Amino acid sequence: MSRINRRDMLGASLTGVAALSLPISFAGSGAIARAVLIDESPDDPFRDWFGIDEAMIAKVMAEMMSGGADFADVYFQHSRSNSVRLEDGLVSSASTGIDQGVGLRVVVGDQVGYAFTEDLTLESMLGAARTAAAIAKGSNRAVAPQRFALGKTHSFYHANVPWDQVGIDAKLPLLLRAETMTRDLDPAVKKIGVSWTDSDERVLIADSTGRVVRDRRPMSRLGVMVTAEKDGKLQAHSSNLAGRRELSWYTEDRLQQVSKEAVDRTMLLFDARRPPAGELPVVLAAGASGILLHEAIGHGMEADFNRKGTSIYSTMLGKEVAPKFVNIIDDGTQPFERGALNVDDEGNTTEKTYMVKDGILTSYLHDKISAKHYGVEPTGSGRRESFRHVVMPRMRSTYMESGPHTPEEIIANVKMGIVAETFTNGQVQIGAGDFTFYIKNGWLIENGKVTAPIKDVNIIGNGPEALRNVTMVANDYKLDSGGWTCGKDGQSVPVSQGMPTVLVSKMTVGGVNG
Amino acid sequence: MDSSLLRNAEQAIELSKSLGASDAWASVSRSHGVNFEMRNGVLEKVEDSTSRGLSIRLWVDGRYSAHSTNDLKPQSLESFIKEAVAVTRALQADPFRVIPDPALFEGRSKQDLDLVDRSIASVTREERLEMLQAMNQRIVGKDKVLSTTAAVSTSENESAAMSSNGFSGSFETTGMFVFADVVLDEDGKRPEEAFYGGGHHRSELPSVDEVADTALRLAYNRLGTKKGPTKKTTMVVDPRSAGSIVGRLLGALDGGSLQQRRSFWAGKVGQEAVSPLLTIVDDPLIVRGLSSRPFDGEGIAAKSMPIIEAGVLRNYYIDTYYGKKLGMSPTTGSPSNRVLNLGDKNRDALIAELEEGILITSWLGGNSDSATGDFSLGVRGHLIENGKVGAPVSEMNVTGNLLSLFRSLRALGNDPWKYSAMKVPTLVFDEVNFSGV
Repeated sequence: MSRINRRDMLGASLTGVAALSLPISFAGSGAIARAVLIDESPDDPFRDWFGIDEAMIAKVMAEMMSGGADFADVYFQHSRSNSVRLEDGLVSSASTGIDQGVGLRVVVGDQVGYAFTEDLTLESMLGAARTAAAIAKGSNRAVAPQRFALGKTHSFYHANVPWDQVGIDAKLPLLLRAETMTRDLDPAVKKIGVSWTDSDERVLIADSTGRVVRDRRPMSRLGVMVTAEKDGKLQAHSSNLAGRRELSWYTEDRLQQVSKEAVDRTMLLFDARRPPAGELPVVLAAGASGILLHEAIGHGMEADFNRKGTSIYSTMLGKEVAPKFVNIIDDGTQPFERGALNVDDEGNTTEKTYMVKDGILTSYLHDKISAKHYGVEPTGSGRRESFRHVVMPRMRSTYMESGPHTPEEIIANVKMGIVAETFTNGQVQIGAGDFTFYIKNGWLIENGKVTAPIKDVNIIGNGPEALRNVTMVANDYKLDSGGWTCGKDGQSVPVSQGMPTVLVSKMTVGGVNG
Repeated sequence: MDSSLLRNAEQAIELSKSLGASDAWASVSRSHGVNFEMRNGVLEKVEDSTSRGLSIRLWVDGRYSAHSTNDLKPQSLESFIKEAVAVTRALQADPFRVIPDPALFEGRSKQDLDLVDRSIASVTREERLEMLQAMNQRIVGKDKVLSTTAAVSTSENESAAMSSNGFSGSFETTGMFVFADVVLDEDGKRPEEAFYGGGHHRSELPSVDEVADTALRLAYNRLGTKKGPTKKTTMVVDPRSAGSIVGRLLGALDGGSLQQRRSFWAGKVGQEAVSPLLTIVDDPLIVRGLSSRPFDGEGIAAKSMPIIEAGVLRNYYIDTYYGKKLGMSPTTGSPSNRVLNLGDKNRDALIAELEEGILITSWLGGNSDSATGDFSLGVRGHLIENGKVGAPVSEMNVTGNLLSLFRSLRALGNDPWKYSAMKVPTLVFDEVNFSGV
């Protein structure tokens, strides 16, 4: 059941495609990458993408509104995804998937009725509409629209060659090349796995205001996994590259980068130790350390928790939560990044939202329901895993802007502490504000100098406390290019994160005692 | 059971063969779920979902791939399988990619696993609302309660699978769960706890009073939480949380981890690797068991399998592909119900024997390394003082190595957690590294 685990998690698991999509097809033979005309802006997305028409939607919408709804929307989705895997030098496993359907949502106040069908016939859609409409009887007498006007969207990730036009033969060489590069980097490398996933998703959202928007969303990821052996001991680690990218983005240089990261991170583990247990200063390295923001503040700023009064941040809006030089953003507008969205899953345009501006808590992340509750505009943060799921306020790409210090100053400032560099996962308890993230590689700092590598360290802290304890922020902001996936109430969505080098003066470091 | 599912699987196999596959495996599934949620006395969410899907695995000219779709229109199906065969042909040949050996299909248990309760399909809207209201009412208005959400969910699932080398099987389950959570207001902090229960049959449900009262009690237990100490001490893990740490211990027993040399269990079969107090059996044939099944995803007939006997590792989870690669016989590639041996005392009696220690009631984040067994996990719980459960603590980590941890296992309780496929009682470990203040 969906609510058993209400805590929210972030992970970068490499194996397996996230629940996002059942992959799919190589249009045609699969043997040739064909350059075909793209239907990114079909004249009639109802017909061209989903084989339905405006009149059908009008009928379905009328059924959804029949109980007196405040608002209703339909979310059509078609996704094709592919994954390919290399192991022991062979690309001998692939999977593909097709997933399609429509989710119907009826909103009455804070109440949501939701149903979906995978069968896009009028009869099935009307059945689902009746189920969704049964949530409550509203007093609203709004009339369902008969006509729908196509709304404008951004274009942050146009693909010149969409994934459904790329044959598997074009992907095999990438995997084989990454394997060769990785093998050549260090003779200690004994096992190499290379994983590939891509997906091509079409969505169409029509709502009871008569607006319809459509979006075509590409996504891809390449991961390299390494097991190395040294003096009879084994260590394993990985690295990956991800984004709303097309095939041509995976250049020789980028393959080299991801292969080298995977090997370097693995080899570091052989000499790594555990830090001392207890409270220590933690330096967050630029890049993936944005995981701290995701857990320490991001989830707590999702307005559904605040609307219900259950977030630790629900009474802090307008208050000073961090030093003046701290600016924390959640952004759906970064071109080709994993967290980018032309429109959110309610059809609202995305934006760059300041959650913390000059140290002051400025805005929650809103979907339509919470925006109405607070009397503000939605922030384009309404997201869902698929047509099977209800919309919730979610993060997109979460990061901190550069600050006034330098990374060198920050390290020199720490007498005894650690640097956090690579991560596997994090989690937060929204109400108490306690959050964690897991450091796979890091460094010990002794007397202002980086000394030995460390590994396998869980960090636990409290969100508002950690923000107050951000004592230095460097001028080296970097967005991470890894494939992060965020889970909330059982729904997974792709996200990005970034960070400059930052010093948090005190967090609890998982280590060994004396 | 709807016989059309098996027919669909059969059609997919025939189609695959006629389009060039030398072997094929098809599974067809259908599920229906309904979830109601009520918050502070108001029905907040009603979800109704019906899904169906086809997945096929193909072996073509020594090559292999897997495909799934929920577009089951006959004209779509043919082009789907045609493309799937083409994709498979574009891969590299691998001598270890073969369809599971039909000898493994034999000996399927005739036992009725009793995983279906027909009455679940007809639970009415009114019954759901009544249960939700009952749970909300026991919590709303109580001291410090900020918010409470109750949920009732039901599901009906059926699947059928068939292979080109003689496998045929179908499988049906139902499920019903009830859930309640409570968020308290404590001077700006908002402690939250939840409780749930359920199973394949409606009769497995705990009473709604028990669910609501337990959620409320667990939340009150968190009041006054402070960061605990940095020290090495005894760790007691509550049965509700113990499944998670046992899951980590058993996580690297699969053929893929072994063959890719990412398992700290490599080469340990027959060795006493953990405390002789520990015995774990993987048993897919438990009547009404949450992960019970007549066969696994490769058609291998389900049977009970010892994993650890008195601390000695007995078996790995080996599927056909990694079995071939490792030169080992397949057991099963996927775990089912895992059952630990029991001690003779419950949690509080075990705690009564301790002068000091820390009781873990839940984990928060953290991870473990499957190649080395090193772990570091966030925890919440209570101090143990003079044999009693004391003040609540949080914002702490425990850090160590899984094999060392389970070598330091001092005792098991007699109180396994009921609502999980992992039947794990209270666990007591010596000398664990805690980080806190």
